[in-house]
Amino acid sequence: MENEQHKSIILKLYIAGTTEKSQAEAERLQEVCENHFPGKYKIEVIDLLERPQLASDEQIFAVPTLVRDLPLPVRKVIGDFSNVEKALVGLDLLPRSH
Amino acid sequence: MEKGKGETFSLKKCPTGINGLDEMTQGGLPRGRTTLVYGGPGCGKTVLAMEFLYRGIMNYQEPGVFLAFEEPQKSLVTNFASMGFHLSEAIDKGKLLIDFVKIDPAEITEAGDFNLDPVFIRLEQAIQKTGAKRVAIDTIETIFSALTKVEKLRSEIKRLFQWLSEKGMTAIVTGEEGRNEATKYGLEEYVSDCVIVLDNRIREQVSKRRLRILKYRGSSHIADECPFLISSNGFSVLPVTSLELNHPAGNERISTGVSDLDDLMSGLGYYRGSSILVSGTAGTGKSSIAAHFVEAACKRNERCLYLSFEESVDQIVRNMKSIKIDLSPYIENGLLTIKSERTSTLGLEEHLLKLHRLIEDQSPKVVIMDPITNFFSVGNFTEVKNMLTRILDFLKQHEITGFFTSLTEPDNSREQTTVGISSIMDTWIVSQDYQDKNEKKRILYLLKSRGMGHSRAIKEMHITPEGVKLTKPHFNLERDKLDDN
Repeated sequence: MENEQHKSIILKLYIAGTTEKSQAEAERLQEVCENHFPGKYKIEVIDLLERPQLASDEQIFAVPTLVRDLPLPVRKVIGDFSNVEKALVGLDLLPRSH
Repeated sequence: MEKGKGETFSLKKCPTGINGLDEMTQGGLPRGRTTLVYGGPGCGKTVLAMEFLYRGIMNYQEPGVFLAFEEPQKSLVTNFASMGFHLSEAIDKGKLLIDFVKIDPAEITEAGDFNLDPVFIRLEQAIQKTGAKRVAIDTIETIFSALTKVEKLRSEIKRLFQWLSEKGMTAIVTGEEGRNEATKYGLEEYVSDCVIVLDNRIREQVSKRRLRILKYRGSSHIADECPFLISSNGFSVLPVTSLELNHPAGNERISTGVSDLDDLMSGLGYYRGSSILVSGTAGTGKSSIAAHFVEAACKRNERCLYLSFEESVDQIVRNMKSIKIDLSPYIENGLLTIKSERTSTLGLEEHLLKLHRLIEDQSPKVVIMDPITNFFSVGNFTEVKNMLTRILDFLKQHEITGFFTSLTEPDNSREQTTVGISSIMDTWIVSQDYQDKNEKKRILYLLKSRGMGHSRAIKEMHITPEGVKLTKPHFNLERDKLDDN
């Protein structure tokens, strides 16, 4: 296991209940990140139904929300992302003219 | 009031504990339903929403959850502390939970479809933690600033209101007034039970706050636009009239303090709990008649509240000593409170509210207002009359005898004013100057006195070192020289 402190990109995907769609999205996200930032990223999928307190702690008000915790400042993409690249552009992780 | 045979269910109400609002709503907000409170910026909707929760906690043992979209907990706690709301205490006791939903459009990008489940989850958590019965959401429309899918948001908000009802929550949701619609995003479409509108107009540098119940399904309510105040005690609505005129109308009579005046009223004096107006030009002895009444009440060991809008306490005491009325012992022993204040320092509603507070504080049996005509520096005729109507209402409900003086102008330019005000009074005493050849006399007569046989005799009034005396006129009185009648 790699040390988390070496990860320069930390992404959290907040969902409310696991669905096939949300699972597929999480997998696709993993795939794209592996392509672009191998070894530098960490993705955490958080189901708010299991950890409800995190909704207020992390200021989540809609799902799905993909949060870029690192690098700072925090960025959020709200809503389904069929196009992962586009979501990563929204998080300023990929350049706009990709 | 609709009370037909067909009415099989009774709407349960949730008292707000807010001054006047429960009277307007005849018992409170619809229990287990959502009420929409909307208005422009600074109209007081946040105060209303929070006070609903706070009073619920303090007066009805009903915990509450405040979902804040606009201000974080810290600033809410600070702002409400100035109104004497100890939110942090309620929070520490686990009775109040404020969840601030921070929405920063700058850090948000919108992708595809979403739902607001996390809002439900947060509320659910908060309701469970506190055992809440009441919820306030202020104001969920903020969410529209970050997300563009308006239809989706609206359907989610609708779902939220339904969910709150399923949870049995009595809720207040606030909304921002819109240009064409009632609220910016049409929240009123989803709230069918109760809608309250707040308004804050500035007129002549004085802010006038108004509250109106736009609709209340299944319940009678006061539909008038009513003034309200936000003061150091929170929210106070002042209904224009009570719904029911069921004032206790006793038969007890109390001396006017002037035996000759008692004689005009079958020797018995005023009715307790009635309203008395004494009108006259300057120096016709209105305040003297008031002072006699105060002294008589104090002698009966009754508390008196004397609101003077012209003279200072010292002036009143000194002047009355000259007609052998010594008020100072009663001030010292606490039976008499004299408050001297210029009417122009406060708006009409503040005056009314202040009077309410003083009366609640002191429980007087007699209230004097001298002279009420000074209120015309603060409001127009209708506004002053409305305020006086509310004062009379309030006094009657508490069986307090109200005594008012009204200053008329020598040229009678204000006659209509006095006549207009007299219509809401039970007894009207006119004292006026009377020019008898080269000598100025004072006369007094009872123009009306509801519910009692009274003399219509016109008396000459003498203000003597022994007090006010009334006699048969020592001159030939020509009735057509009288202003009134």
